[in-house]
Amino acid sequence: MTATTPSITGQTAPRPRTLTVAFIGNPNTGKSTLFNALAGMHTRVGNYPGVTVEKKIGRLRLGDTTLKLVDLPGTYSLAPRSPDEMVSVEVLLGRQPDVGRLDAVACIVDASNLERNLFLVSQVLDVGLPTVLILNMSDIARQRGTTVDVAALSKRLGIPVIATEAHRRVGIDDVRRALLEAAEAGRPAPSPLFPRAFYEEVAELTRDLHAVNGDAVPRYMVERLVLDPNGQIEKWLSASQPVGFTERLAQARERLARAGFRLPAAEAKTRYAAIRDIVSGVLTHAPRSATTTSDRIDRVLTHRVSGLLIFAAIMFLIFQSIYYWAEPFMRSIEAAEGLVKGGVEGLIGPGALRSLLVDGVVAGVGSVLVFLPQIVFLFLFIAVLEDCGYMARAAFLMDRLMSRLGLSGKSFIPLMSSFACAIPGVMATRVIENRRDRMVTILIAPLMSCSARLPVYLLLIWAFVPAATYLGGWVSLQGFVLFAMSSIGALVAVPCAWLLKKTLFRGETPPFVMELPSYKLPSLRVVVHRAYDRGKAFVTRAGTLIFATSIVVWAAGYFPTSHGEQDAVIRQIEAAQPAAERDAVKQAELDQLIERRNRLGSQLIEQSFLGRVGHAIEPAVRPLGWDWRIGVGAIASFPAREVIIATLGTIYSLGNDVDKNNNEGLISSLQNATDAQGRKVYSLPVALSIMVFFALCAQCAGTLMTIKRETNRWIWPAFTFVYMTALAYVGALLTYQIARLFG
Amino acid sequence: METLDQLKAGARAIIREIDGDDGVAVRLLEMGLTEGEEIEVVGFAPFGDPIEFRVRGYRISLRASEARRLQVERLGP
Repeated sequence: MTATTPSITGQTAPRPRTLTVAFIGNPNTGKSTLFNALAGMHTRVGNYPGVTVEKKIGRLRLGDTTLKLVDLPGTYSLAPRSPDEMVSVEVLLGRQPDVGRLDAVACIVDASNLERNLFLVSQVLDVGLPTVLILNMSDIARQRGTTVDVAALSKRLGIPVIATEAHRRVGIDDVRRALLEAAEAGRPAPSPLFPRAFYEEVAELTRDLHAVNGDAVPRYMVERLVLDPNGQIEKWLSASQPVGFTERLAQARERLARAGFRLPAAEAKTRYAAIRDIVSGVLTHAPRSATTTSDRIDRVLTHRVSGLLIFAAIMFLIFQSIYYWAEPFMRSIEAAEGLVKGGVEGLIGPGALRSLLVDGVVAGVGSVLVFLPQIVFLFLFIAVLEDCGYMARAAFLMDRLMSRLGLSGKSFIPLMSSFACAIPGVMATRVIENRRDRMVTILIAPLMSCSARLPVYLLLIWAFVPAATYLGGWVSLQGFVLFAMSSIGALVAVPCAWLLKKTLFRGETPPFVMELPSYKLPSLRVVVHRAYDRGKAFVTRAGTLIFATSIVVWAAGYFPTSHGEQDAVIRQIEAAQPAAERDAVKQAELDQLIERRNRLGSQLIEQSFLGRVGHAIEPAVRPLGWDWRIGVGAIASFPAREVIIATLGTIYSLGNDVDKNNNEGLISSLQNATDAQGRKVYSLPVALSIMVFFALCAQCAGTLMTIKRETNRWIWPAFTFVYMTALAYVGALLTYQIARLFG
Repeated sequence: METLDQLKAGARAIIREIDGDDGVAVRLLEMGLTEGEEIEVVGFAPFGDPIEFRVRGYRISLRASEARRLQVERLGP
């Protein structure tokens, strides 16, 4: 072989190479901060196939060597109980094709909470990879009077130990060097921790196991198989093994239990006993004062009165930020969108290309970017709350309330955020570890009344709900309707969550065993990076899909009828505009042209694919009190609910530049609209029916595409769309029919 | 013997046994709530549930239904 291989580089010059290192650790250890400090901005985020686990891979160049860093999800244990948790085991064993074979593992531990953190380390060491222990947050440990003898710990564990303060970038160079050295050193032999009988049973079962998908089952998998009764590996292997294997496995566990090694308790007992031995003399605590500062803060923040008041105040602040503070930024994005559109119109004459660029491309990009301020604001808050340790307390405070829905306290902030916008709300569900809880939260989040529904409600309320007041002017009917519309989604969400938990996401109640980390000051670097990270993930991963949807809906509203006549009118308008400013006669001519353009626009949309679909579904929307125009509006608003206003503007020959602040024209058109028989199209029951439909429907491509990205499956956005549309239809039907009775 | 959810705020106890071998039991073990370990009740959430504990030098929150799985022996008065 060597003779035929041309050896130009020779043995002297080192060849460029890539070493792969996985990062693993408990939650709240600063693992991601350390990862970001090492990989910087050179990080790619995706999903592992078939699961909802986020795949984060960074690169770091060190001379001729490239370190490929893989950030595994924070976990307390390597015992997989779900396909999501299986990912970490697969990666560590080098069985994950997207990652490949590992050269080393970095275990990140919280120096101030060493004992419990070492449980995971103990499990990782059994894999038999070169391992580096990173003792992070050593500054906080010192402040709390905990000292760790790094050299002694390294000697007892038999692996390198590096002390770091990742949020201040202290010790990062040492980590780089240690990772390189460890990867080069090769694999250590794992030292057996369990009784010999255990390893004998593992060897026996390994011989029994038939190759799965053509490759043998690794030793570590078999160890975990025996250690985790009813775990994911057992589920996964039993399916592919001949009859009788499950029985043999149970018998092996039975024999071990009789010998005093009863699973699953024996694993934790053995590991924690070994950890006690390792840390004794290595870890020293200052004489424990009665209460720490963190305890005193905790007493106030979890108190039944002050705790709830502070919680309410923080939630109010978050809500304000995404509802109101984001508004000026969103307006600037819309203004910029308008400028770009104007620029394009100046460069390209009327026609399909201009329409594609202005109404498709620029509007599509705008519809993605407009969500960014809300996402960034929410994640700034979430990052602060997480980094200082409050996030777990928020879940602690709200758990009792949310458990009534079959969810946990961790679902509260995602759902509350969804009242401003479901997109950041769905993205925030990543804090929920349990898959079923997370899925139910994602699926009901779009029912919360978001800010995009507001313009639709306001328009219809102003146009059709009488301005009556009751109780001496304290209760206005309009205000009441607005309140009812804003609450209906949340009310419907309660039985939906219950139903989903009873049907699709049935199963044993997941443990709500949650660490309450000590309070600390949040790090600016961590907070900013987190918000940047989420914003980027949204634009690159959901944004592309939202953009594509906008283009498709544009095309449906533009084709197939020729726009030649309207284009000619637009050309005349643009030619006439400069002169019209000073000349009243020319102005009158211009107004006529604009009216003609708008009338043509109305005809064109009726003849478009969109309009044809609207006519086709008219029999279906009749029972809701709708005509084809409202049907078209509802379909056209698939990219976003508020689009219905512009669409109705086009249909009622007002042009598409009616907006939420300038819609008197649209209001009077709606009030006076008549059908072919001359009857009024809109009445209070019709308006209520439309509002209920928009309260419950899933007409928001952004949310649906975010659900696709977060769940990594197309079935879930499809499911959300179908169930919410069904709810919306039934809700609108009932509303119209009942309201008509009171007519 | 008592179960962990019956203790009052400030009480300390030694864990004697964990009932069951399902996901909840496994998670409790992984988090270091093993036999012979000392545990202290720090306080209760505003609606009485979940409960905050101190174990192995850190704080953990358990629902009452989860704390009920742990048989404990109370220390002190």
